[in-house]
Amino acid sequence: MNWQLVPQQFVTGVLNGGIIAIIALGIVLIYRSSEVFNFSHGQLVMLGAFLTWWFAGANEDGKEIFNLPLWAAIPLAIAVMAGLGLVIERLALRPMTGQPLLAIILMTLGLAQFLEGATAIVFGIEPKNNFPSPFSPSDVITIPFPGAFNDAIILKQALLATFVVAIVAALLFMLFFQYTRTGLAMRATSADHELARSVGINVPRIFGLSWGIAGVIATLGGVLLATLTGVEVLNLPNLPNLRMINASYGERSHLWLH
Amino acid sequence: MAALRPAGDFDRSYEQDMAVVRRPWQWAGLVVGLLVVLSAPLWGSAYLVGTANTIFYTIIAVQGLNVLTGYTGQISLGQAAFMLVGGYTSALVTTHLGLPFPLAVLVAGLATGLVGLLFGLPSLRVKGFYLAMATLAAQFIIPWLSRHAFPDLLGGTSGRIDVPVPVLLGVSFSEQRLYYYLSLAALIVTTLLVLNISRSRLGRALVSIRDNDLAAELLGVNLFQYKLRAFFLASFLAGVAGALKAHSQRGVGTEFGYGLEESIILLGMLVIGGLGTNLGPFLGVTAVVLLQDLARVTGQFLSELFPAIQSRLLNSFRPIFFGLVLMIFLIFRVARPGPPLADDQGGVAVAAVCAVIRNQE
Repeated sequence: MNWQLVPQQFVTGVLNGGIIAIIALGIVLIYRSSEVFNFSHGQLVMLGAFLTWWFAGANEDGKEIFNLPLWAAIPLAIAVMAGLGLVIERLALRPMTGQPLLAIILMTLGLAQFLEGATAIVFGIEPKNNFPSPFSPSDVITIPFPGAFNDAIILKQALLATFVVAIVAALLFMLFFQYTRTGLAMRATSADHELARSVGINVPRIFGLSWGIAGVIATLGGVLLATLTGVEVLNLPNLPNLRMINASYGERSHLWLH
Repeated sequence: MAALRPAGDFDRSYEQDMAVVRRPWQWAGLVVGLLVVLSAPLWGSAYLVGTANTIFYTIIAVQGLNVLTGYTGQISLGQAAFMLVGGYTSALVTTHLGLPFPLAVLVAGLATGLVGLLFGLPSLRVKGFYLAMATLAAQFIIPWLSRHAFPDLLGGTSGRIDVPVPVLLGVSFSEQRLYYYLSLAALIVTTLLVLNISRSRLGRALVSIRDNDLAAELLGVNLFQYKLRAFFLASFLAGVAGALKAHSQRGVGTEFGYGLEESIILLGMLVIGGLGTNLGPFLGVTAVVLLQDLARVTGQFLSELFPAIQSRLLNSFRPIFFGLVLMIFLIFRVARPGPPLADDQGGVAVAAVCAVIRNQE
């Protein structure tokens, strides 16, 4: 093992962790408020990235409907995904309130299948490597370490920016949960549905809200991931990886958010 | 088996009370059904026989899942991976040790049962959602191992090895019409097995764990032991089903689809057919297999309507269709009053699906 590479790997790993954390945040949000483990979050992340790509007119087959700059495409995708989150909650998860765990798990698994198939049909299964990223892979920051660690630690700018956005988003959500009325209501709902209802909190509205916010987070995570690895993420066969990330990190960050 | 009976219809002897087939019309149905199924390869088309063969071994896997999820209430997302273990075991023992086919299937079941025990161990400590996570680990670990461990034996990254044609008493079961009878025989044996488990002390202990695990423990049911038995049975049946599938497809490996989607579909079949009922796996598997054919037909039809996205429709229509059917089924079936997910409305669904299929073809 080449110990000289450890600091480099460590830094890259921490920066990658930021983006995984923000994806997991969406799972945690829904799980904490409504005790539904969302197996379809990976598909929402993918859909968010695809929508951004589409709104930014990256299709390049001469039939683009939208041709927006990235700063306009991202908010538009976020708005659409928030709406989709609300629709999913209302149509699919609301009828499942109070049903056995198996039925709820199967519901999100079915949703995952549906979203995956729908995305493949609308956008095609071929990988998209022209995500309109503001960074190119060669944009790097080099921190010189003369004499050790192969003389330098290299930070990809895209990775660094992703990490900063992830941290800022996580901070914003923390402030939201800590200091706003709605955030307080969401925490109360996650603690006890019946008690929350008895103090006048509209629990179904909170469920809807958490799905809407999860849609927003998913888009954010999808865009960040796509900026980083464009080709791979939007490649459907790679989705199981994303699902693995879901599965393994959701639980841990659930403890972290406690 | 304790179906609702009209007033005044009661059992007069212990034998009557214990009978599986109670009424004359049930006997008639059983005999006619068996005759139809036994003679099917003689008059049925190749499509019909092939589909029936698929349905038979899939039912065995879903029966295993029914013991674990339907009766014991432990969620498993790894049934397809256990089928992979069974398929590989059977392929290896027939190729390298030269075991006869029935013995190979049995060995495959036992070996898979042991693997299932391993992944059932967490059930002592975790339940519900977290157990689902633990079994999901099996669904990721086993296919990964099959691609990376022992590449000479398991086919390595090609993701497939060849499986020999089963030979029994000098007869080679290379044709689908003959192989059909092997699947059918295995299905009959496993059906009797599952039926008797659900009627015995073991089955009642499993149901008591599902309904209230604390009360079950107070009644003297050793939770850990019985949960492990359920895991063993479920993966045993998955192994048998996997062995049958491997010999039927003449190959086994990740190329043949033993992924998470497959596990989800198996679980979906069980829920659509009816959890914790012995008829459930039959109805659910038949309905879903026919639905998937319907999805294929519909996908082809749509691809003729929209030639621009033809290849996308042919490739990706199936998951959309299955996801949608599963969601609609859960919404409308769960939302109605009565015991959720465990009654016999599956029959109506099957009848409706069959009617639709017939119209399509």
